[in-house]
Amino acid sequence: MAEISVGVVVFPGSNCDHDTEYALASIEGIRPVMLWHNEHDLQGVKAILLPGGFSYGDYLRAGAIARFSPIMKEVIEFANRGFPVLGICNGFQVLLESGLLEGALSRNRGMKFLCRQTTIRPVNCSTMFTSLYRDDEVLTIPIAHGEGNYFAPPDVLKSLIDNDQIAFQYTDENGRASDEANPNGSLLNIAGIVNRQGNVLGLMPHPERASSRLLGSDDGRRMFESLYQHLSAR
Amino acid sequence: MPYLAKIKVTLRQSILDVQGKAVEHALKNLGYNSVESARIGKYIEVTINEADREQAERVGNEICQKLLSNPVMENYSLELEKVN
Repeated sequence: MAEISVGVVVFPGSNCDHDTEYALASIEGIRPVMLWHNEHDLQGVKAILLPGGFSYGDYLRAGAIARFSPIMKEVIEFANRGFPVLGICNGFQVLLESGLLEGALSRNRGMKFLCRQTTIRPVNCSTMFTSLYRDDEVLTIPIAHGEGNYFAPPDVLKSLIDNDQIAFQYTDENGRASDEANPNGSLLNIAGIVNRQGNVLGLMPHPERASSRLLGSDDGRRMFESLYQHLSAR
Repeated sequence: MPYLAKIKVTLRQSILDVQGKAVEHALKNLGYNSVESARIGKYIEVTINEADREQAERVGNEICQKLLSNPVMENYSLELEKVN
């Protein structure tokens, strides 16, 4: 069977692009394609990942300048046509800045840059990125960010809940979204959200850093496997 | 005619300003008991070359809304000064 191409956008300052490429390449049937931010050609990819890192040095605000990179025009059109777009960490910040997802991420409430394992619970398992998870399990996936404190005005939060758009929540090991389990102060312990159509997902934790047992956890792997299952069924 | 746009971007009151809080605590620790609060924002200068003030103001507001501030969590103020 022919391999399915999945794009990884490389911004100046991306630093998880190759980790993401590695994780994708480890899924049989997926061929990762690196897409330079200055290009306009999506090279026929069937899904796009915006990786973590510090695009444009996080100048001004995290993701604010990357959002206007040349390739983002095509990425936004691609997303609006219903193709899967997954933003990880800095990629999530870019999705919020570009308006593909609602809300914003501000400085962690404890001021520290946090680089450690977190436990998160998949809340919505009906998306093309989460279909292989169960909503009663707890995943171990690391975070690495200074600005991951999710904020949205009350009306947006309400619509996220009403439309089942909360994809992941920080929880304790028993799956409770307690304040102690919230590393950065995110409202409703939000670790990731999906758009209303279900094809654009952004999250702060790094599934590509949890894609092999050798890395301490392979709980992130099923996100890429879910995506592959969705793409191969089309 | 060039205008100097002096732009201040601040976090909305409803957003916890952790940097401001840290500075506020540091000032109190220094013994400045009259300090009640501190908030941190950004100051940006942009030179805009437009025919008149109205045009420069239009561009100034546009760039603030489009790139320089994030309206979900920030406010901005814009002040224009003629450059000779």
